[in-house]
Amino acid sequence: MAEAFIYDHVRTPRGKGKADGALHEVTAIELGAQTLRAIRQRSDLDVGLVEDVVFGCVDPVGEAGADIARTVALKAGYGKTVPGVQINRFCASGLDAVNLAAAQVMSGNKELAIGGGVESMSRVGMGASGFGIAVDPSVAIDTYFMPQGVAADLIATKFGFSRDDVDAYSVQSHKRAHAAWEKGYFNSSVIPVKDINGLTILARDETIRPGADMQSLASLKPAFAMMGEQGGFDAVATFAHPDVEFVNHVHHAGNSSGIVDGAAAVLVGSKKAGKAMGKAPRARIKAYATIGSDLALMLTGPVDVTELVLKKAKMSLKDIDLFELNEAFASVVLRYQQAFDLDPARLNVNGGAIAMGHPLGATGAMILGTVLDELERTGKQTALITLCVAAGMGVATIIERV
Amino acid sequence: MKLANFRFETDADGIALATWDMAGRSMNVITPEVMSDLETIIKAVAEDAAIKGCVITSGKPDSFSGGADLTMLQGLGVEYARLVKSKGEAPAMTYFFEESRKLSLLFRALETCGKPFVAVINGVCLGGAFELALACHHRIVSDDPKTRVGLPEVKVGLFPGAGGTQRVARLMQTGDALQMLFKGEQIKALPARNMGLVHQVLPKEAMVEAARDWIKAGGSGVAPWDEKGFKLPSNKVHSPAGMQIWPPANAIYRRETQGNYPAAQAILSSVYEGLQLPMDLGLRVESRYFAKILRSTEAAMMIRTLFISMQDLNKGARRPKAEPAASLKTVGVVGAGFMGAGVAYVTANAGMNVILVDRDQEAADKGKAYSHKLMSDQIMKGRARTADREALLDRITATADYSALAACDLIIEAVFEDPKVKDEVIRKIEVHIRPGTIFASNTSTLPITGLAKSSKAADKFIGIHFFSPVEKMMLVEIIMGKKTGDAALAMAIDYVRGIKKTPIVVKDARGFFANRCVLGYIAEGYEMLLEGVPPAMIEAAGRQAGMPVGPLSLNDEIALDLGLKIMKATEVQLGPNAIDQRQKAMLVEMVDKLGRMGRKAKKGFYDYPEGAPKRLWPDLVKLQPAHLKPEQVDMTVLKNRLLAIQALEAARTVEEGVVTDPREADVGSILGFGFAPYTGGTLSYIEGLGAARFVAMCDALAKIYGPRFKPNKQLREMAKAGGSYYAATKAA
Repeated sequence: MAEAFIYDHVRTPRGKGKADGALHEVTAIELGAQTLRAIRQRSDLDVGLVEDVVFGCVDPVGEAGADIARTVALKAGYGKTVPGVQINRFCASGLDAVNLAAAQVMSGNKELAIGGGVESMSRVGMGASGFGIAVDPSVAIDTYFMPQGVAADLIATKFGFSRDDVDAYSVQSHKRAHAAWEKGYFNSSVIPVKDINGLTILARDETIRPGADMQSLASLKPAFAMMGEQGGFDAVATFAHPDVEFVNHVHHAGNSSGIVDGAAAVLVGSKKAGKAMGKAPRARIKAYATIGSDLALMLTGPVDVTELVLKKAKMSLKDIDLFELNEAFASVVLRYQQAFDLDPARLNVNGGAIAMGHPLGATGAMILGTVLDELERTGKQTALITLCVAAGMGVATIIERV
Repeated sequence: MKLANFRFETDADGIALATWDMAGRSMNVITPEVMSDLETIIKAVAEDAAIKGCVITSGKPDSFSGGADLTMLQGLGVEYARLVKSKGEAPAMTYFFEESRKLSLLFRALETCGKPFVAVINGVCLGGAFELALACHHRIVSDDPKTRVGLPEVKVGLFPGAGGTQRVARLMQTGDALQMLFKGEQIKALPARNMGLVHQVLPKEAMVEAARDWIKAGGSGVAPWDEKGFKLPSNKVHSPAGMQIWPPANAIYRRETQGNYPAAQAILSSVYEGLQLPMDLGLRVESRYFAKILRSTEAAMMIRTLFISMQDLNKGARRPKAEPAASLKTVGVVGAGFMGAGVAYVTANAGMNVILVDRDQEAADKGKAYSHKLMSDQIMKGRARTADREALLDRITATADYSALAACDLIIEAVFEDPKVKDEVIRKIEVHIRPGTIFASNTSTLPITGLAKSSKAADKFIGIHFFSPVEKMMLVEIIMGKKTGDAALAMAIDYVRGIKKTPIVVKDARGFFANRCVLGYIAEGYEMLLEGVPPAMIEAAGRQAGMPVGPLSLNDEIALDLGLKIMKATEVQLGPNAIDQRQKAMLVEMVDKLGRMGRKAKKGFYDYPEGAPKRLWPDLVKLQPAHLKPEQVDMTVLKNRLLAIQALEAARTVEEGVVTDPREADVGSILGFGFAPYTGGTLSYIEGLGAARFVAMCDALAKIYGPRFKPNKQLREMAKAGGSYYAATKAA
């Protein structure tokens, strides 16, 4: 089987996903196109070599509808010969896009492809594409559908994380993200979003609060208590996990991932493609995996899929230098850390989505890039990237520097 | 026009009046013949150019109709089963589907016939009858306090399958529609109008004229949902508004039913899918779910127990027919404590006079005050008027004078449950009552045959076991002493029917029926605790199995010290092997050492913090000799154990002759202790699984958990012979 390598990656800064967010004025198509233009410019890439653009987008409707991947490639000037496909596996879509680009290379079917994603949550809105599994009684009931926040609270309750535990994790995320920016760790990969005149609209992630502390977080009310109690979801949670007598609602906006706008792109190719581009590979995509997991916990898939991807790669936990797990909710990360007894110094070392936000379809590609930069900066070799996914799934990828 | 069940006349203005009045029935019911009449009427109205529209009303003085004949639906199931055997599954299913949607198609034909129909309703109009009304273009109900409309099908494991789900969901906000369909409540005239279910509320006499006027004024024969541009009350299903409605609706279904009631889930799906379709297709989808639900075990069992058997028992199925109807004007209630006060209230509430006697005036007054409180609560909730309270209180005479009992047609004694106290009171009462007066003793534990020894007339002496709280619990156990005669039984049943509760007749044996079964449920909870099952899982298993509360909660409500007292007494009577010493040790620890007596002590298996929900006592796990991890516990096994242990006890009571009629065991278990209603009761639970399968399951449980799961001989033999409790009764 052919090997797939990462040659480059970029991401936009993440703008607050509301009408007063800096990227609200930028269309989803333009947001995605800026990452493809950057990939092209940074390597002086002959885009004719690109055989596919795979983009994750979770709400592919409205301006993001009708195959935004092809649309973005066209707007970025990749020309009529570069096809595109939009995919959706909820929050892991961005990583799945990279994995699918890599899979095409590994199969020998293609030499060079781009994986990435885009989400303009401020413009399209979360859930805008409909939500069959949540609303259709014939499936929602049997699959224990719950809003993710309630599932995150169930995880915290079942695995014993208190409000203080989740808040403390949030404080750390903000501190780490802030420190990483201050030290310039993100500079080589974050491309400023610019207007048509070349003026910068946003250059840095917008939602980091370096001053976040336990006191300020303590004042926030649990965000999912009302939904859980009056909406009936607590009963669903305790039905599926009867060892839990009641759900302790600990999550709020301050310890959950932020709603933001953003895009990312990763250039993936064979060794041959590298030669054609005249570029050295930065890392090998060693293995990837996807899995279905507990439906009610919904967000513990990273634990299951990590075990699976390690098996596929014939590696063990100690072979992995850094772990990058999407910070969908604090309890998701704490459970992962607990399940593998991980040293916090190996996990999300530069912060994550709690501080910087989670542009659904793009995040997977973003965090893969972030941890690759960190491997290079610290001279380490291997990293495992994983995300929890709605409807109880998990996706993971192991990369290895070459 | 030939009509068997309607009168049909057309007035000078060309407005037809179809009066539904079935011969030989006190209430109209939808039968195949009625459907055929309706078809004729619709055709006549549609085709006769001289007819402008039609008013449908009832010829019965107090009711429109109770709905479809459930035995007609049962018959459809029988025919289906026959066709499966003779012609195979596919033709049988086609037949069943077409037949089971005939009523729906008929109502749709009425709705789309092109002429306006008006339903004029006085009294109850429920189920299929209200679905008929919903298909009419205009609905007028009377302001009579007895007028009720509603779709109660869900209460017997069915759902409105003749357009009810589609029309209600197009008349009101989706959330309100789902709630109405879920609850199956009977709705009074004004609330019905406020909900948009009916258009006008008028005095009885004015209704038909108003209906004619509506047609004359050009009332439309096109339903709103058949008009161009019709908008759903809650907008589209797939919309931000829909996202606010459906996920919680699905979750609340889980919370309210624990997933045990497929009919309720079918309501959700019918509405969800139907609202995305034009009316005709929505109706077809509803029919598909209806055909599925109608064939479910849950519907079969619930219809049998909660409709047919309950109705039979309420009509006095067990009453000795030869006995003349009792004339019950005045009832003497002796003992004005919690039970006696409740009995006085329900008796007075049924319109009878009550002589409430206790040892002194103060105690008697206190008992009467309970009725004042209950009525005041009703007034606060808007369910009664001050005048109702005063009238009810006027019917209760509180006194310390036993001689007042001479006026009574029936005596109910409800004094403290102590044989000595009861003996004294019985003798004291009998001095004053008229000879031949029936004497009922209220007891949950004392043998009636023993108490009857205090009486001069053991044949007139009977047990009546009320459940607590009396005003809420719908079951009454009537206990036959060895010498109790038919006159006493007839009187007791007449009385229980009079207070609108359901009687079951049981033999005089320890625990009678209901308490005996439910004690097994509580004890099984102890067993699970001792095995090391996490307490939350024990409780969840009880609820998920369909019980109203978990076994530990129930024990807290009853009080742990009571259980311990019974256990100790049994040990003294029957020796140390008669009880489970490990269970006793645990109760001794809880009650004697820790004072954790249950809710009344604000601590038991649960803690009861002020102003906050109860929570399992965290240190309960420390009393457990072993501990299992959640993943080591199989919830299905826990649920099976909790239901089987009760069903086995019920089966034993049948073998022992404590209960002689399976209808009583089934209805009694649901009304008495809330046994999983979707099963149809303790015996129907066995039959729903299949007796042979149930026996095999219990044998397997007995191997692991002990001989208490061994099926009794009669059940085992019945299972082997492929018999059933109901078939056996019918044969006998």
